[in-house]
Parts: sequence; C-alpha cells; structure tokens
Amino acid sequence: MNLLLAILAPFLGAALIFGTRHRGRLRFAGAAGVTTLIALALLAPSLAGPFQGETLIWRLAWVPSLGLDLALRLDGLGLLFALMILGIGLLVILYARYYLSPADDMGRFYASLLLFMGAMLGLVLSENVLLLLMFWELTSLSSFLLISFWQGRADARSGARLALTITGAGGLALLGGLLLLGHIAGGYDLSTILAAGDTIRAHPWYLPTLVLILLGAFTKSAQFPFHFWLPNAMAAPTPVSAYLHSATMVKAGVFLLARLFPALSGTPEWSALVGGTGLATLLLGAFVALFQHDLKGLLAYSTISHLGLITLLFGIGTPLAAVAGVFHIINHATFKASLFMAAGIIDHETGSRDMRRINGLWRWMPYTGALAMVASAAMAGVPLFNGFLSKEMFFAETVGASSLLRFGAVLPAAVTLAGVFAVAYSLRFIHDVFFNGDPIGLTKTPHEPPRWMKVPVEVLVALCLLVGIAPALTVEPILAVAAQGVLQGPVPDHDLAIWHGFSPALWMSVIALIGGLLLYAGRKPLFALHERFGGRFLARDLYEAGLSALFALARRLTRGSDRPSLPVMLSLLVLGALVLGAAGFLGAGAGLTGPRPLMPVDGLGLLWALGLIAAALATLALHRRRLVALVLAGAVGLLVTLAFLGFSAPDLALTQLSVELVTLILLLLALYFLPQEDPVEGSLPGRVRDGVLALAAGGGAAALTWAVLTRPYESIAGFFIANSIPGGGGANVVNVILVDFRGFDTLGEGTVLALAALGIHAMLGGLHLSGSGSGSGPGPARDAAGRAWDSDPHPVILATLARLLLPLALLMSVFILLRGHNLPGGGFIAGLITAVALILQYLANGVAWTRERLPQNLLPLMGWGLLLAAVTGLASLALGYPFLTSAHGHLHLPVPLVGELDLELASAMAFDLGVYLVVVGAVLTVLIHLGRLHAAPAGDWT
Amino acid sequence: MEALFALVIGVLIGSGVYLLLRRRTFPVVLGLTLVSYAVNLFLFAMGRLQVGRAPVISAGAAGYTDPVPQALVLTAIVIGFAMTAFVIVLALRARALLGGDGVDDGGEP
Repeated sequence: MNLLLAILAPFLGAALIFGTRHRGRLRFAGAAGVTTLIALALLAPSLAGPFQGETLIWRLAWVPSLGLDLALRLDGLGLLFALMILGIGLLVILYARYYLSPADDMGRFYASLLLFMGAMLGLVLSENVLLLLMFWELTSLSSFLLISFWQGRADARSGARLALTITGAGGLALLGGLLLLGHIAGGYDLSTILAAGDTIRAHPWYLPTLVLILLGAFTKSAQFPFHFWLPNAMAAPTPVSAYLHSATMVKAGVFLLARLFPALSGTPEWSALVGGTGLATLLLGAFVALFQHDLKGLLAYSTISHLGLITLLFGIGTPLAAVAGVFHIINHATFKASLFMAAGIIDHETGSRDMRRINGLWRWMPYTGALAMVASAAMAGVPLFNGFLSKEMFFAETVGASSLLRFGAVLPAAVTLAGVFAVAYSLRFIHDVFFNGDPIGLTKTPHEPPRWMKVPVEVLVALCLLVGIAPALTVEPILAVAAQGVLQGPVPDHDLAIWHGFSPALWMSVIALIGGLLLYAGRKPLFALHERFGGRFLARDLYEAGLSALFALARRLTRGSDRPSLPVMLSLLVLGALVLGAAGFLGAGAGLTGPRPLMPVDGLGLLWALGLIAAALATLALHRRRLVALVLAGAVGLLVTLAFLGFSAPDLALTQLSVELVTLILLLLALYFLPQEDPVEGSLPGRVRDGVLALAAGGGAAALTWAVLTRPYESIAGFFIANSIPGGGGANVVNVILVDFRGFDTLGEGTVLALAALGIHAMLGGLHLSGSGSGSGPGPARDAAGRAWDSDPHPVILATLARLLLPLALLMSVFILLRGHNLPGGGFIAGLITAVALILQYLANGVAWTRERLPQNLLPLMGWGLLLAAVTGLASLALGYPFLTSAHGHLHLPVPLVGELDLELASAMAFDLGVYLVVVGAVLTVLIHLGRLHAAPAGDWT
Repeated sequence: MEALFALVIGVLIGSGVYLLLRRRTFPVVLGLTLVSYAVNLFLFAMGRLQVGRAPVISAGAAGYTDPVPQALVLTAIVIGFAMTAFVIVLALRARALLGGDGVDDGGEP
C-alpha cells in the first residue's frame, strides 16, 4: 500500500501545483520538494525488505480478464532506481528553483516534473508488465511536456516532438513485445516472467519478442540508430536535461534490460543485438561528443556513449557484467547529473554554451570549476573517482568476453578507443571552458552562482568522490542488493577495490588516459578535419525524410478521397454500400427468397402500406414546398407508428408517436428561419443521376428486407423473456431490457441525448437569425406571399384547453412511468409525454407566460437525471453486484379504505426516473431554445 | 405482407436518399428523417412480422414478440430525434454564420 501511495504522491503534488499555479511562484519549489520527501518517507518503511532478500509485492485486481492487475513490486533493482529518481529529483527541484527565470511558469514546470517523477517511480516499481508499459508511456508524455517547456522556442517544440515520436514508436513496439512475453510466460507478472526464463528462450517466438522489447528499450535509451532524439532534446531547460538524461528517462531503457535480464539474456541473439548495439552506440557517442561545440551537446553525446557502455555490459550477459552495468548506472547518474548542472550554471552565468566562446572561466568561477573537474574526472574514468571503478570492471568484462568471440581482440581494442575519446571530451569540458585563453564576446560578466544553486552539485560531486575512494563502505550494500534484484539470484563475487594489480583492465585504463591526453592535445587539426568532412548524421535525415514522405502521402490520400461537397460524399457512400451489399449477396450465391411461410395480406395492411407509400412519394414530389413536405413527412411518421402498433410493439408505437410530435414542432420552429421554398437546383442529368441512385438504394433496401423477412431466424429473445420476471422483476420485457439487462446501453443513450441537447444549447447561444422573409429583424411577420403569419398567436380556446390538459398529461406521464416495468411505458415515453405537455403550454400561452411559471434552465435537470441513473447503477456495484444489477421486491402498505396496497418496487425504477429526467430536460432544452429565438423582440410570440 | 413491408422500406429509403442528395439543408434533414423511419422499421422487422403476439409477459399468452429489436428501436427513435434536432440547429447556425442554407461547397457529383 505504501508503494502505491509513494507513486501517487508525485501525481497528487503535480495536480495540486498545477491547480494553484497562478498564485505565487517560488512556493512551488518547496511544494515539489515536500512532495518528493513525502514519497521518500512513504517508501522508507519498505526499504529494509530488499536488503533482507525479500521482494515486496502488493496487488489489487484491476482487469483480471486481461491479466492486468495493479501490482507493485519492490526489490533491489526497483529500490535503487526509486532512490535515484527521488534523490536526484530532489536535487533537481532545488537547482531549478535558482535556474529558472522569473518569466518562466514555475507552476507548470514543477507540475510537469512531478508528473514525470511519478511516472518513473511507477515504472520502476511495477510488478505487472502492462502496468509498467502504462507508466512507460506516461514518461514519454510527461517528458514531452518537460522538453517543450519553453513552448515559444521552435527548437524546443521540434525536439520534444522528435523525442515523443521516437520513444512513442518504441513504446508501441514494447507493447507488442510485452504482450508476446506475457503470452509465452503464461502471465503478465514479473514474478512469473522472470521465473520462466528457460521457457521464454526456448519458445519459437523468442526472437520477435526480444526484438520488439529491445526496440522499446533502445529508443528510450537513445541507442544507435535511434540516438538522435537525445541531442535535440537539449532544448529543454538544463534542470530537465540533468534529470532526464542522467538518472531517469534514458535510464528507463537500460532499466528494462536489467529488469528482464533473467528472462531474456543468455542467448546468442541477445548478445549480438544488445552487445552489438551497445558497442556501436558507445563508439559513435564518444566520437561525436568530442566534436560538439555546445556544452550540452557534448554532454548529450557522452550520455549516449555511456548508455551504450551500459547496454554493452548487459549484452555481454555474464552475472559479473550485469553487476558492472548496475554500478555504472549509479555512477553515470551522479556524475552526469552534476555535469549537466554545472553546464547549466555556466550557461546561466555567462549567457552562452558555445565552448569556442567561453574560455578561461577559472578566473571568475573557480569553485564551479573545481566541482566540474571532479565530475569530469569521474566521467573520464580517472582513479579515485567513481567512474574509474565501473569503467575498470567494464574493461575487465570485455577482456573476459573477448575469449569467447572469433575476432575477440577487437572488442577490448574498440572499447579502449571509446575510452580514449571519453578522456578527450572530458578534458575538453574542463580545459576548453575554464582555461584555454580568454572568453570571446560574452554578453555577461561571468560570476559564481547563488549559494544554493551549487548545493545539488556539491552533493553529487561528494558522492562521486566518496564512492570513488571508499566504494566498499559506501556503494557496496546498495549495489549488492540492486544486482540481486537484476539477477534474481545470488550475486557473484566482485571486488570494488581501486587497485587490482597489473591487470589488462588497468593497462586499458592507462592507454585510455594517455591516449585521451594526446588526442586532446592534437584536437585542432582534428576539428578542422571534422569541420571539412564531418557531415550531418544520417539517422536524423532519414527520419526527417521518412516523416515528410508520410505527411505527403497522407495529404495525397486526403486530397484524392475527400471532396468538400455533401452530395458527392453521400453519393459515394450510398454507391459504396450498394456495391458492397450487392457483391456480398451475389457472392454468397443464396437465393433472394427464403423458406419462411409468408403472412397473408389483409385489407388494413394493404391500406397502411399504400398510405405510407403515397405519403413518402408525396414528400418526395413536393419537397420544394417545404411546409407541405414537412406535414407529409409527419404523416409518414404517424403511419410508421401504426405499423408498430399493428405488429405487436406498443412501446415503440408510444415512443414513435411522441417523438413524431416533438420532431414536427421542432422542424416547424426551424423552418420559420429557413427559406420556405427550394429553388430547382442542379442540372437535369444530375437530378436523373440522383434519382437512379435513389432508386437503386431503395430497391436494394427492399430486396434486403425481403430476403431477411422470408428467412427463419434464431433469436436470443428466449433468455430475456425467461429472465424478465425472475431477474428484472418486470413483465414488460422491452422495458426490462432497457433498464436492466442492457441498462449500460441506455445510460449511454441518455448521455448522447444530453450531449446533443448541450450542443444545441451551445450553438443557439447568442445566435441572431433573420427569418425567411425580408431579412431584417429577428423574424418575419409575413410569409413570402405577404400574408401575416398569424393574426392571433395565442387563441384563447387553445390556451385554456392547454392549461386544462397539463395536469392530466402530467398525471398520465407519471402513470406511464410507473407502470412501464410491467406494461407498455417507461422513462423514455413518460419523458416525451411530459415534454409535449409542457411544450404545448409554450405554444398556446406564449414563451413569456410559460417562462414565468417554469424553471428557465433545464440543463441541470439532464445532469441530475444522468446522475440518478449512474448512482442507481453504482449502488448495485457497492452491494457487490455488477454495475446496474437491479433489485426488486414487494412493498405491502396498509392503506385506509382501500385495504392493503401491493406495490412492486424495483431499483430499476430509479434508473427509469433518471432516464425520464434526461429526456424531459433534453427535449425541453432544445425546443425552448429554438422557441426563444422567435420570442426575441418581434413581439408576435411574447 | 412481407412483400408490402419490403416495398414500404424500399420507397422510404429511395425517397430519403434522393432528398439527402439535395443541396439545401432542409430537404437533407427531411431525407434523414425518412431514412430513419426506414431504418427503424427494418431493425424492428429483424424480429419478423408478428401480429397478435403478446408484448408483455402474461399468463395466457400463446407466444411473444421478439423484445430485443424493439428495445433497440426504442432507443434508436429517441437518438434519431436527438440527431435530427442537432442537424437542424446546425443548419440554422450555418445559415446565421454563412448566410445561406446550401450544403455544398462546390463540385458536381
């Protein structure tokens, strides 16, 4: 539980800071710091567990059917990362407080930072790999926010987009890989997966799984050829770089390698892919880093190189190499974070990051210089600093691995070369910045930063020294426990001493140091050569080219398929449906007519059909006279109602009847503002073409209907009919389906209705329309022929009758609502009846009169209705049943004079009441809003 | 009866589609209404045409109609209303903003 709270703490802190970000700005650093401390405190009681060899696992079933549990895990590896994330996070928070300028939105910065911290924490503490993936994606998203923090800068935006695209694509691959992995291992828990290493490695899908997972890890850890997002992410504020590119974001990839080490490693494929990628990245990063003139660019490429080093160590695959990998993760985090911070200080105090311009800063910033020197020495692998220890282990491992390879000697030689470059670029970071003559054209006079800005650097540098001088006393316990977490077994003997005798590794270190010195001394001709021949990097160009090709393709497809014309698009749609439908039907080779016995035609049915056909055709024929066409369409609707009534569907008939009324009024109201007549439009051939298409569509629909109706069918109705009374407590099966069996659907439909009403509310807000007539004023008083619309808008007889009808209609709707469970009726119908009764008041008595007597704003009514429906559903959840399970029973009430009243109650009634409220609210909102347009100053309607 | 029913649906769809292809908002909305009628009738007919069956569970009923398409169509009717209302108000809004009631942005079919 503590684990969950520790992960949630940063998220809550982020929400809190973001919510209050417009008040004050400096307190946010404090709030973020306190949040981090709280997370640490929450984690503290659990820390002892891993040191005693325990793995703490906490779980909460979430979506058990998908194998997705909210399962958390704390073992040595998770512990190490959690401490790094929170510890370095705390230092970064303090540092950023002084780094950011008053113009920056501190609230947004700290909120994003905490969001990222929470995501990282969740990532390293997940037990379920799907949960891990979710946090993985969250780190991509939140790092996007952090990298693009200076939103006004184009390079920040493009850098962030690049990082998101690359790591997001990797995340997608990782999803596939983890799904395969879980499938092979038989579960998505790490405990299951880590124990199933042999099964996984022997599985035929091992290689695709491995490749997909590695794609995820390599994109995140900026491994070649996906490394190019990292230098572009340097547009982020430096505290972000210090955090993301030392201990967190890019380490997520190597974390994944370490995490899945027992499950995936130990095969030739693993060694080749992981080791090869690591070696390539190591060399490439080290080489390019030396030629960067931007301080942060140098650090970025050196980060890439060090990540390659760690990847290579895991690729070698021996337990001891894994230990060295973990050790270098720790060391790199400390020295790289402090170096980024130092670079930030230099940038902050000189206004430049260009190493060709900033020289000789020792004179002004000796203290910062000394700190940077220590960190650089650690990066170079100088003895007595922490980087030396892990680097020597690394050299030793490559020597060990070389005996297993065909061209074994190449490996130690290559990594020594990388070491040479590492020494050279570390040296450049110090010499070129703090010495090497005088600054050129700086805008500011450099000076030491504020006291507290140096504290985070001091802490980290002190760690570099302490670990470097006395490793056994400082880092050994946590390294051992973390290595145990990686290996999921006993840790091999390793000796963290500074002096191991004259081993090959020592000689490699010596060569690297001397070679680096020489290389740096000869840098000028090298720079000139690089300037002349060093091209841009292919990977980024390829990416850009691929991206623009993709966009071009998308544009071409859109242009090719989209015509900005509704008739054209609809014609295509209808044509497509026709072609597909006909092809499917003809392709199946089935006859049009099925074997089901037909129902005889009776006179009433014939009359109905002829009437409907006549009305529909008349609507079509007279459609240019809009009012007439509307009335005819209404007649069609009424005839459809009769069909429902005739074919044993009273619920539908009731609904259709009330909806018909409401729709008719609605369209009449709208028609008032639209032209009354349609001009003849389009060419004759065009209209003939439309006619042919319509005929074909109609013919197709008729044929389809005939084919279906003449075939026998199996229905799932039996279940609903059998369970309606025992399960739902109602005899009206249609209503029981709506409120109980398929209650979730109904809730969704109610929501759609409410949303439509809300949309209409928004669209009609502030709308001013002129009518179809003269075009001046809010609405026409006369029609096109010059006749007055209405000589008596509110006839007395109608008004009086409407008022008389209101209570009766309302009573009727209550009756319909209550009986709906057992007899035709229910919330939808009752809501429509109530709405119609109220709309009648508007029509008969005028908007002003009715407005005084009715609530104005009916939007809350929909809200309450939805809430009631949802709460009814949740109540069953609270009682331990699935969502929207209804409860029902009988209530016996002694009523005077009548005797005992037997009331059948079902919780579905409350749900139906919610539906009722939504319908009333939505329908009235729509119609009253439209009516109000009429009621505007014209005078007729008020 | 089945043939008549199919014919009715065919006529409704045919008229509806023709109206849908007009270039003014109002006929398009009318066409949409006609097509909705047809679709609702069609969905309803998935339970086959039955006369005189009991829609509500009762002791003496000989057989029941299929309640499933009925429940589907019931909500479809209400949603259809919401859609019609939304589209017609959209037409009004478009008229206020663009000054016309055409649906076409150019292009001959």
